[in-house]
Amino acid sequence: MKKILLTLLVTLPVAAWSASASNWPMEEFDGDLQNLPSLQNGFKLYANYCIGCHGLQFQRYERTADDLGIPHDLALKNLIFTDQKIGDLMTTSMPKEASKAWFGAAPPDLTMVTRVRNPDWVYNYLKTFYVDDSRPLGVNNKVFANVGMPNVLLDLQGVQREVCTDGVCDQLALEAGSGAMSAEEFDSAIYDLTNFLYYVSEPARLERQRTGVFVLLFLIILGSFTYLLNREYWKDIEH
Amino acid sequence: MDKSETQSSNSGLAGAMEWIDKRFPASETFEYHMSRYYAPKNFNFWYYFGFLAMFVLVNQLVTGVWLTMNYVPSGDGAFASVEYIMRDVEYGWLMRYLHSTGASFFFVVIYLHMYRALRYGSYRGPRELLWLIGMAIFVALMAEGFFGYLLPWGNMSYWGAQVIVSLVGAIPYVGPDLMEWVRGDFLMSETTLNRFFALHVVALPLVLCILIFVHIVALHHVGSNNPDGIEIKKNKDENGVPRDGIPFHPYYTVHDIHAMVVFLFIFCAVVFFAPEMGGYFLEKPNFEMADPLKTPEHIAPVWYYTPFYAMLRAATFPLFGLSAKFWGLVIMAGAIIIPAALPWLDRSPVKSMRYKGSISRVMLTLFVISFFILGYLGTQAPSKAGTIAAQVCTAIYFAYFILMPWYTRVEQTQPEPERVTV
Repeated sequence: MKKILLTLLVTLPVAAWSASASNWPMEEFDGDLQNLPSLQNGFKLYANYCIGCHGLQFQRYERTADDLGIPHDLALKNLIFTDQKIGDLMTTSMPKEASKAWFGAAPPDLTMVTRVRNPDWVYNYLKTFYVDDSRPLGVNNKVFANVGMPNVLLDLQGVQREVCTDGVCDQLALEAGSGAMSAEEFDSAIYDLTNFLYYVSEPARLERQRTGVFVLLFLIILGSFTYLLNREYWKDIEH
Repeated sequence: MDKSETQSSNSGLAGAMEWIDKRFPASETFEYHMSRYYAPKNFNFWYYFGFLAMFVLVNQLVTGVWLTMNYVPSGDGAFASVEYIMRDVEYGWLMRYLHSTGASFFFVVIYLHMYRALRYGSYRGPRELLWLIGMAIFVALMAEGFFGYLLPWGNMSYWGAQVIVSLVGAIPYVGPDLMEWVRGDFLMSETTLNRFFALHVVALPLVLCILIFVHIVALHHVGSNNPDGIEIKKNKDENGVPRDGIPFHPYYTVHDIHAMVVFLFIFCAVVFFAPEMGGYFLEKPNFEMADPLKTPEHIAPVWYYTPFYAMLRAATFPLFGLSAKFWGLVIMAGAIIIPAALPWLDRSPVKSMRYKGSISRVMLTLFVISFFILGYLGTQAPSKAGTIAAQVCTAIYFAYFILMPWYTRVEQTQPEPERVTV
């Protein structure tokens, strides 16, 4: 009986974890919040390519700069292109109503996109834009079919097309030399960008894990004392 | 100096205690509930969860107070204020995760606490009222969790609450009006959020605290049951102390303190390393703000409601001119309430599963398995096979209760021991 319960307790969460929506073979993304150069580069890419449409409306510049080890004056000069102050929220300056008219839907806020989806999804999504003339913007996406977003990273990545064999289009091919970055450079840039979004989704993650280690160690020490205390009292009771 | 005054202040602490005891029954209360409350000495693993439930309650109250300091109960502000707590408030993330993880763990310990009662017949006389009060706590706790789940104003909060509130609308004749009355609006809105906030933060915690107080008063009046299901009060020594009892304090206080640390270890492992618990404690769509125009792909309540949610969905056909949804509501409410009848359904001459017959054991095992399967099915999108499985499990769930008067009487039981076995 206990065994059955335990088995169920262990297997149930796993069963639900493995469920995923898209059938594109996802590349794994392994975030590294201790890699500050990666996060700083991600911030730079976000400031240059994303924040024009997608805000991070729950996160503040100051917190981000501090966590990523960027001096405030550098951040203000190179990463904040509006008249916002360092303590302000990282909102987009694109008006919601106008963007709705332009794209059919307002570009979503991305503060927690890696928690709503997951980091793997974001990483693969950013890499799988391809040319599709049937779409209004001329591009489609393998992870998010018929997405309304233009391929803003086209200049960096270059032109990507579907490769079909026997009517099954399950591969993408890059036109060599069409982008400013090599495939490896682009992968690494997308890694940094995703890593940055992974950080923004929960800026306290590192602190949480660091604190957790001390809390658990403390509990082990406390637990050995409470165990001994309990044994001391119970030694006269026949049980 | 007055004579009586010198007497009462003769030795610091004892004197102070005497002063208090003349005005408030402090020592008397401590003795009645702790140092001279005699609990059976054979408590096992299953007897930790009552104390742990109280511990989690304290965690919820304390973290809840701190969350309330920065939470904004408005349609525009609620979601943002939760993220404000997560990012800009010192240790706000810790308060939030302690509270959200605490909610799930509250149900873990309460389900284990209730299972203990089923296992050892703790609901049997003279503990019927104790059990009924406990059932009231369970219902209040479910309501508390439900109201609280709307507050982050995430998309799953919104749609989950929408699905459950819409059940009220399935009640014949008065349903639609009643639903509007519950929501306070034509759809889930800030009005709903505000009343849920009031209920979650003021009304239900008050109800819970009062009920738990009454639960403990009743427990200490009738005395604790034990894994053998025999009454230790039947065998007392010349001083009126049960021979198989030991003072709750210090023996069970040191026991419970150690259990608390072990519990905290598991609890903190989740809080600090897996607060989302793979989307079970914090669901993914809830990281997106509530949007009345955007239904999540698959609406599922938090895991602790899913067994009952699966039973709700197991009703798939109308009956007697009433909709399937209405019958689902009846089944779900019935499933939550029916354990209250246990003291009168169990006709066995013995209380504990240790001495009950094989049918009781099989039924309890099936009951637990079906509860787990229902819990799993409730998290999944509806499917044909899933619905059939849910219907079978719902039948087993109810059979455990409805057939109990029969199977507890016909089965062969073993004789109970005179004294507790250790």
